[in-house]
Amino acid sequence: MTQPIIKARGLMKRYGTVVAMNGCDFDLYPGEILGVIGDNGAGKSTLIKALSGAVTPDHGTIELEGREVHFRGPEEARSAGIETVYQTLAMSPALSIADNMFLGREWRKPGILGSVFRMTDRARMNAFAREKLSELGLMTIQNIDQAVETLSGGQRQGVAVARAAAFGSKVVILDEPTAALGVKESRRVLELIQDVRKRGIPIILISHNMPHVFEVCDRVHVHRLGRRLCVIDPKKHSMSDAVAYMTGAKLPDDVNEAA
Amino acid sequence: MSSPETPTKTISDFEAKLAEADKTVAQFEADDASTFNVIKGVLRRNPTLIPAAVLIVSYLAFGLVAFAMDHGNFFRGTVLSTILQQMTVVGFIALAQTLVILTAGIELSVGEILIMSALIMANLGVNPGEPEIAGWPAPLAIAAGIGIGALMGLLNGILITKIKLPPFIVTLGTLSIFRALKLAYSHSESVRNVDIEAKSPLLLFFGQGFKFGSFTVTFGMIGLFLLAAVVWFALNRTAWGRHVHAIGDDPDAAMLSGIKVDRVLISVYTAAGAICGLTAWVAIGRVGSVSPIAFGDINLASITAVVIGGTSLFGGRGSVVGAVLGAIIVQLFTTGLSVAVRVDDYWQTFAAGCLVIVAVALDQYMRRASK
Repeated sequence: MTQPIIKARGLMKRYGTVVAMNGCDFDLYPGEILGVIGDNGAGKSTLIKALSGAVTPDHGTIELEGREVHFRGPEEARSAGIETVYQTLAMSPALSIADNMFLGREWRKPGILGSVFRMTDRARMNAFAREKLSELGLMTIQNIDQAVETLSGGQRQGVAVARAAAFGSKVVILDEPTAALGVKESRRVLELIQDVRKRGIPIILISHNMPHVFEVCDRVHVHRLGRRLCVIDPKKHSMSDAVAYMTGAKLPDDVNEAA
Repeated sequence: MSSPETPTKTISDFEAKLAEADKTVAQFEADDASTFNVIKGVLRRNPTLIPAAVLIVSYLAFGLVAFAMDHGNFFRGTVLSTILQQMTVVGFIALAQTLVILTAGIELSVGEILIMSALIMANLGVNPGEPEIAGWPAPLAIAAGIGIGALMGLLNGILITKIKLPPFIVTLGTLSIFRALKLAYSHSESVRNVDIEAKSPLLLFFGQGFKFGSFTVTFGMIGLFLLAAVVWFALNRTAWGRHVHAIGDDPDAAMLSGIKVDRVLISVYTAAGAICGLTAWVAIGRVGSVSPIAFGDINLASITAVVIGGTSLFGGRGSVVGAVLGAIIVQLFTTGLSVAVRVDDYWQTFAAGCLVIVAVALDQYMRRASK
């Protein structure tokens, strides 16, 4: 068995009296697309936030490529190569598309302008942003300098996905990346996911859209009541099986405890 | 696969149509090109045009009123020079306030930081208690004053980020604390102009200047425009400036985007404190002496200037140029009402109040138009 890229064991997280993660395990292997499904409130988002540094678990360990990591903030996870698209998208509405794509990792101008005066290289960032959006087929964005608040919900999501795909070097996490997208854009995102995987980067895909999950994922992590219930192979299980597992209608064969 | 004859059957089949999708970048005819909409669009893209237009129109209006009421020529250089000299200190503080308000915060203690820094500069530089003994060299005294200003800003920043209190509460508290400290430090005594002139004339640098005909240019004005350029550059051309905007816009999104929110906020309040310290030097030059009870309401005046300049109190949007223009507008109304219209002082305050309300109303209207 190959070594997992991300391996988490016994993650616990409480918000006051609410248990969001209750001894959750997680494995992500190199080059795979892992689906994460679960009911609303099962703790998927908390799990993802723990992996992306936005939430510090109360207990449990996370290993990245075999080394234990303790992210104190999203910037540390990002510099370790984990890029995330959050459900809320995490964009600044008043800033431009390029500003948002480069937020927290701006390119500086070469030479003294950049090193002493800390001047950002806007022309180069704009060109890069335009290129990445075109790759994603977001042709309906007319002006790369327009503020994100002037974009539609789907376009915003497209920008967030383009940002993660462009910068993720080890792992890309997508939390509901197609929830607000049209048919064409959803298809593009799925193609983009395949492209990212071809570059050898594993992807975690959280989605309620079963056809999408079953189409692109190699393994599906079923989350229930704050922990991993089971991991299923989408080629051997049907979508209705998956729904039955995550809602508690049926227990998978190798799981005996009532979750 | 679907074809014209066989209707769509399977779940993924409908996506086959995507092959025929339109691939061009969207373009729209502007169908509402009426003059009003065109003006509105230009103003939306360049929000500082509003205070600029208000400034020019009201300047011309005061000139006409002065002419009509036979109150002399409002357009003469001395009047404009006086307006610019009188707004210099508020303009500086408005720059500090802009930084803070862009992060959706507010800084009520700016005036106390300003006076505390000025008192330290003057007392260290002049040593007024002992007339025979010289004070510190002026550059050292000035550096100490600016440093103290930055420290007080740092304290505000640390309280806001580490104890997680709202900026309004923190700066309301430090407003009182710094006020008490400044009175204790100075024993409520002013530093006299003659002492400063005799022992530390460099402190008066920003009050000096040169003349263009009847128009006096002070180094304070030049300093204001230079500092405005520096702040503009930092906010619009550096990553730090983008982070300041992002935090004001949506602090959670900024955090998730990997911005160290606390660190940026502390740097903003420290920078604002340092600007207040620098302003202390300018204010000593402008006034000539240091009184511990001067500039009592400059915190509100700076907020007024920033808001009139089109910066949103909700953070994330605003402009440095607007803040300077806002400070000039307030002073123009004050001077205009007394020189051109010759009404009583309280109507000047009345006008400043109306300006704020109109400015914010206009700003809200433009915002709605952009949604």
